[in-house]
Amino acid sequence: MEVDEGSAATSTAGQPMEVDGNPNPAPPAQQNEFSPDYLKLYYGRLFPYADMHKWLSYGHDGKHTGCDASFFSRREFSFTLEHDIYLRYLSFHDASTMEAAIREKCPYKIDIGAVYNVDPSKRTAYSNVGGDKVFSPAERELVFDVDMTDYDDIRSCCSGADICLSCWPLMTVAIKVIDTALRDDFGFEHILWVYSGRRGVHCWVCDPRARRLTNEQRSSIADYFRVCKGSEMNGKKVALTGPALHPSLLRAYTEVLKQYFEEKILLNQSLLASEQNFGKVLDMVPDESVRSQMRNKWHSSLPSKDEVNSKRWKQLKQLLEQGKSKGQVLRRCVEEIVFAYTYPRLDMEVSKHMNHLLKAPFCVHPKTGRVCVPIDPNNCEAFNPMQVPTLPQLMDELNRDDTASGQKQKDWERTSLASSIQYFKQSFLDPLARTNKAELESSHRAKLQEMASRPSLNW
Amino acid sequence: MEFKVAGGRRTSFGDASDVGGVQSRLSFYSNSSDVDVSLEDFEQFAMDRLRVLKGIEEGRTRGRKAEEIDALVVDLWRKHMRTPNAADIATKDMVSHFVLRLAYCRTEELRRWFLAMESALFRARFRAESPESQRKFMEDQKLPYKAISSTEFESVKEKLGQVARSLNQPVPTADNTFYKVPFEEVPELVSARRVYLQRGFAFVPRDQLASIVVGQFRARLSKALALTNRLWTSTIAVEEKDRLTPIVEALSMRYLGADYSQPSKGFVGLQDLDNLAKNSFPLCMRHLFFNLRHEHHLKFGGRQQLGLFLKGIGLKLEDALNFWRSEFTVKLIRRLYILNLPRWLVEVVQMTTEKFDKEYGYSIRHNFGKEGKRVDYTPYSCMKIITSTPGVGDHHGCPYRHFSQENLRSVLEDQQLSSRTVDAVMEKVRNRHYQLACATTFEAIHGCPSDGINHPNQYFEQSRRALQGGGQAENTSSSNGLQSVPLPAHHDPPHPVERGTLPIPGP
Ligand SMILES: [Zn+2]
Repeated sequence: MEVDEGSAATSTAGQPMEVDGNPNPAPPAQQNEFSPDYLKLYYGRLFPYADMHKWLSYGHDGKHTGCDASFFSRREFSFTLEHDIYLRYLSFHDASTMEAAIREKCPYKIDIGAVYNVDPSKRTAYSNVGGDKVFSPAERELVFDVDMTDYDDIRSCCSGADICLSCWPLMTVAIKVIDTALRDDFGFEHILWVYSGRRGVHCWVCDPRARRLTNEQRSSIADYFRVCKGSEMNGKKVALTGPALHPSLLRAYTEVLKQYFEEKILLNQSLLASEQNFGKVLDMVPDESVRSQMRNKWHSSLPSKDEVNSKRWKQLKQLLEQGKSKGQVLRRCVEEIVFAYTYPRLDMEVSKHMNHLLKAPFCVHPKTGRVCVPIDPNNCEAFNPMQVPTLPQLMDELNRDDTASGQKQKDWERTSLASSIQYFKQSFLDPLARTNKAELESSHRAKLQEMASRPSLNW
Repeated sequence: MEFKVAGGRRTSFGDASDVGGVQSRLSFYSNSSDVDVSLEDFEQFAMDRLRVLKGIEEGRTRGRKAEEIDALVVDLWRKHMRTPNAADIATKDMVSHFVLRLAYCRTEELRRWFLAMESALFRARFRAESPESQRKFMEDQKLPYKAISSTEFESVKEKLGQVARSLNQPVPTADNTFYKVPFEEVPELVSARRVYLQRGFAFVPRDQLASIVVGQFRARLSKALALTNRLWTSTIAVEEKDRLTPIVEALSMRYLGADYSQPSKGFVGLQDLDNLAKNSFPLCMRHLFFNLRHEHHLKFGGRQQLGLFLKGIGLKLEDALNFWRSEFTVKLIRRLYILNLPRWLVEVVQMTTEKFDKEYGYSIRHNFGKEGKRVDYTPYSCMKIITSTPGVGDHHGCPYRHFSQENLRSVLEDQQLSSRTVDAVMEKVRNRHYQLACATTFEAIHGCPSDGINHPNQYFEQSRRALQGGGQAENTSSSNGLQSVPLPAHHDPPHPVERGTLPIPGP
């Protein structure tokens, strides 16, 4: 095919850009600065196209028998370009067309959607056929979105889009609790946690079984994780009934929540120091005498600043434990407070529907300039969102020793993105590849068997 | 949860006096065996089931909980699905299910609705069965669920106890049976954390068995619906869209309120139509009418043009439905045989189509302003008909405008018009005065001058007046329906158009 003007421009954009050939971009005044030029360089030299393609192909790479060559091209992508131009239903034939499109468009955000029954970019051709050929999602990772803004009613350190190290432990708790439940309760293994680039975390569950879940099954899992209900108007946000906790909640409580509440959240958010804060906590106590006793006590005494929260928590707990005789309601109260202040809060809609889009890993957040790097759930308490590589930082690293160390090193290996990509490859992609292979083989066998013994169809 | 009747006795569906020993009446509806039911019963069965499903939907939209829906279903089932002879309930159950399955297989939305309602219905019915008959049902259906061994029970005993206590239920002992199933099969139990989950398996207590079985029911019905749909769409070509789809659509129109209370001021009876068509229909409508009579088929444009005209001359809604139904049913039955459906079902569809179409014939009701936007659609004027663009296989439009010269001439000659009249008409057609041509035809047939033809309904009205000597209208509906034809309210007010002032550009 002749190269027309449009694709000529594309191919130029597709060339690896030489940073050294150009005058170095001036070091940004602010470390967090985001610039379209940096983004172009990032897409040109650092974005892990091949790894992303390997992930999203799930072994349908033409090498296995019984693999589906159209699989990757039926995946929906969407780009958000500068000035909020939003392109939906994009699809790519393979890694190189995906790479070319990303380099050309330089999207501020890349979202990944479902795998559809037909190529999403050709969906209109199927919109009028009727019956079962209607354009519809065929499979999709089970995804979760935890956003700090959903915790605004319990955060006093910051609010809205801001996060700090005082509230970030809430995300650590979410990762620990959900990750453990996904593995121990639901039996999933291929779970990818990703920093959203600003104020939350995303989770991709990629097991074959997870990708095949119906919307109803997705909803049931999302509901399984829902403990906090109600709104600001409703003082009691967590209702734990019955004389015991469900095993999943009990595990979360004893292994994660209790410790994080007492050692981090209680202190970081200073839950019991000011009247405004402890008022909220006391509102959750369904017994007026306990509430007034505590109020009086906490008004009259002022323990030293450092330990005010822990001390008062001990007092409250003690009183509530004594109140056990008053029945179950009070007995559950300590746990209810802990759950209300620590248990994960999910954006339910994202998880419930197959066709919901979620931002791709390794995007760069346009407000913070930070890369959406994977988070290792086994080491998530060490994750510091303030230390996630930023675009300017990465550019700097690329330029710094371009010539110094051996030329054989890949660009990303010389930057602080190295550990993230390394983790993505070794801890996520490699185990996933083994599952993909087994899955493809067994589905191939099943297909052969089905063809051999197709039952007479009775409608 | 158990259902109590007034006496506080646990009950099951169907007649309480049911003879013992009858095998479980529940069904996965996996086979459609031949049944012996009178045709009269068929349509009633489907309607009755639809009422149950609609009742469930209503309960759901009111936000009732699953347990409340269960109780509601018991009532609905008893109310609508009872049969004079208790032994017939199973037949009624099966027949009505399969009829609706066919009607609701065609779109994703219909399938989802049917699946949800049938699953809720099944769930309630299963839960109302005795433990003994539940177990028997699962055995009969070869559901692969095995109770966990006592060893396995011991290993998870503590967790099972926690779940029970979290639900304010007694702690299970080794006597309680648990089933281990993939969590995907019990979404409602997962949602509410009513089961212990371990590495992808849910430990389901026996009393929550309904969830598993409903999951199976849902999965099987979902597959069956897709299969039915595939058969339906693969066998019926796109060309049938105009013919068949409206009828099957009528079956699935979820409208149930009988809207017959409004007295219809019809002046034309069904039995009069053939005569009227011969004597008083303008050529365009005559052509459509007799074409439909012969082919049992009209494409959409023709249906609209004729249907609205018939409405305009005072054909009652009911009669219109009957008319269209009988014409289309002939065709439908032929198609259904091609689909290779069970014999009884073809009959069911035939019967229910007639009845359903009568009650739900959407597009006809639509034209009568009873559906959709509830606009009372106006019969087409000559201008609209002349400027329409009929395609291949279409019969609507204006014969003077759209017929070939030879075709038009032969049609006119069939009307026993003199060759002089035919020449005069053809002359006007050549000059593109189609309405004048129509008026000339009118005058020749009726032997009296016309006021000008601007509207098919106006033609009809003038014709009736001419044939009846223009007497005072008696405002009664009568057996021949011909005495009184007041100007129907629904067509465009005739504009006084000077003869021959409406030349229409040729092709
Ligand atoms: Zn903060």
